[in-house]
Amino acid sequence: MPEVITKDGAIKQDSWVVVSRPEDGESLNMPEQPALIPADLWLAGKEHFEGRDDIGVWFDSHDEPEILEGLVNELPLIAVNFPKFADGRGYSIARLLRERFGYENELRAIGDVLLDQLQFMKRCGFDSYALREDKDASKAARALNFFSQGYQAATDTDVPLFRRRAS
Amino acid sequence: MYVYDEHDRQIAAERVAQFRDQTERALAGELSEDEFLPLRLQNGLYVQRLAPMLRIAVPYGMLRSEQLRRLARVTRDYDKGYAHFTTRQNVQLNWPALEDVPDILAELAEVEMHANQTSGNCIRNTTTDQFSGVQVDEVADPRPYCEIIRQWSTFHPEFAFLPRKFKVAVNASEKTDRAAIQVHDIGLQMVRNDQGELGFRVHVGGGLGRTPMVGPVIREFLPELDLLTYLEAVLRVYNRYGRRDNKFKARIKILVKALTPEGFAEKVEAEWSHIKDSPTRLTREAIERIQGYFTEPAYDALENATELLASQRFDNRQFDQWLSHNVDSHKKPGYAIVTLTMKKTGTPPGDVSDTQLEQIAELAEQYSFGEVRVTHQQNVVLADVRQDQLFELWQSIEPMGFATANLNTLTDVICCPGGDYCALANAKSIPVAESIQRRFDDKDFLYDLGDIDLNISGCMNACGHHHVGNIGVLGVDKKGAEFYQVSLGGSSHHDATIGKILGPSFAQEDMPDVIAKIIDVYVDNRKEEEPFLETYRRIGIEPFKERVYA
Repeated sequence: MPEVITKDGAIKQDSWVVVSRPEDGESLNMPEQPALIPADLWLAGKEHFEGRDDIGVWFDSHDEPEILEGLVNELPLIAVNFPKFADGRGYSIARLLRERFGYENELRAIGDVLLDQLQFMKRCGFDSYALREDKDASKAARALNFFSQGYQAATDTDVPLFRRRAS
Repeated sequence: MYVYDEHDRQIAAERVAQFRDQTERALAGELSEDEFLPLRLQNGLYVQRLAPMLRIAVPYGMLRSEQLRRLARVTRDYDKGYAHFTTRQNVQLNWPALEDVPDILAELAEVEMHANQTSGNCIRNTTTDQFSGVQVDEVADPRPYCEIIRQWSTFHPEFAFLPRKFKVAVNASEKTDRAAIQVHDIGLQMVRNDQGELGFRVHVGGGLGRTPMVGPVIREFLPELDLLTYLEAVLRVYNRYGRRDNKFKARIKILVKALTPEGFAEKVEAEWSHIKDSPTRLTREAIERIQGYFTEPAYDALENATELLASQRFDNRQFDQWLSHNVDSHKKPGYAIVTLTMKKTGTPPGDVSDTQLEQIAELAEQYSFGEVRVTHQQNVVLADVRQDQLFELWQSIEPMGFATANLNTLTDVICCPGGDYCALANAKSIPVAESIQRRFDDKDFLYDLGDIDLNISGCMNACGHHHVGNIGVLGVDKKGAEFYQVSLGGSSHHDATIGKILGPSFAQEDMPDVIAKIIDVYVDNRKEEEPFLETYRRIGIEPFKERVYA
């Protein structure tokens, strides 16, 4: 079973499987385990998945999270893919899901997830991280907490430093 | 100037520890070269032609004497005893060892300095006018807003991996633009609206590099309290929709052009409507708190020293020339703004030795309340010098090499490090600057020519801002040989313009002649006091072409 890092840097075992986007003309290849499917396909077949707590969705970095506005909390898990760690679109997607669409359940970073990006991900609202397999999960807790505070408001805090200083 | 509080100090210390950890993992092979690359770049560390290069941030160009002294010590202990002032008001070390960088950062953090976000695809150092706070005609002091932007952009979790680098500049003077804001990703011009409220005119999508562009206005008036939320909206639109498939099309200017400025502005407004009242919205108290760091120094109540200066000028022609060119008027009677030029012929533009850094620190303490400003023209400003001390100051800086009285003239060249140091360069730039400086060593002729911006870049990345030089020189590679393309008519001021390419490129040894011919055409055609740029605009590029390629 794959390992996933939690917000606190702990390692948890997990059975969610990311189902890749099917080729044209093919249908989704659904596994036995809980599955994350492309968000637009979930939306298109929403009535089939109603009430299932073992179906979540994933967004790719170029996808628009706006398509799930008003529906996000029907999902137990949303993942955002980082095709390359240097592709920073996923951070914006995460903040939109959390701060604009009010998503409250688990938000997971998947794909090219490395140690040095974890704290940015945490600040943008991700609370679980499928660390790339070759990376040392025992170092995640440190990487998640390099900084004890940030200057800005983000998903983790709505009080930017300039407001904390004032109080 | 701004002084760290316990929060800033803690973040700076944690940053040093983080980079030390990253460097150790890179050296241990736990981070691949690709993975370490953006981490070290976001810490200003390039791997260059001869050695790594470390770019140290000088937020909006401000430095204190203790910081200059620490820089001097660092160049001595970890480098070859000199540093380089860059065209974005920062400082570079050319020879540090990779494994020493965490120690260098620790030394810098002790004096409230860092190298955060001086490179990489993130929000870079915010720059501004080197005369901020001391000039007569500014709308307000822009530096508190630069500091507010610095704090907001430092380790911003959403914008650490943008499509490409991102540069913000702020200008507050209505008449001049020494910060070249219209060729920045975001240019903020401070303005007051009809009600007298303070705000910004927002330009987005200017830039140099491969596709030079003057940034269009996307908002005429942004109230000051909305600064950060609006920046956040611009950055979010760029982060989501800027191109990531092609490095050369990834700057925000390409997105603005593709969407049109109006289309881009609409997207930003739509995004902003969601977040404009978020906690990121500035408060009056937050602005005032930062403004409290930029209050006036303890000026003496003085009269202008007009008569004294007149007699000193009369007695000494060189002092007279220096006063005319390197000294600017100050908002306070009896004070003056002095620019120390780092453009002595034979020294690469912007280069300073450890001893010179210490000399500048000393001068700042003695004459200017212990502070200096680095300019994007690679000079150093003493902003608050008493007029009755100018002569004494001039006498002491003359032997130090800071009194070359060529500010804003043809030989006050903006020049990148070029092929002598930089791995990206196609051609050397420093020897071209030097050969032109040598050719135009007649001061009287130089002064007669008036202000001319000559900007030299060793490659398309345009660190030498060649597109916006009145005369721009770009190093190009032609089948392995170094050649130079010349452009004319650029400007980085309020009338920002991208220069036009004159024609086929030239060999290095021909460059002084080429520049001389261009100058001849100007001298033959100018009317009275007409500056170079105006003559060029009036007569166009053809007469220059005819003469140069005759």
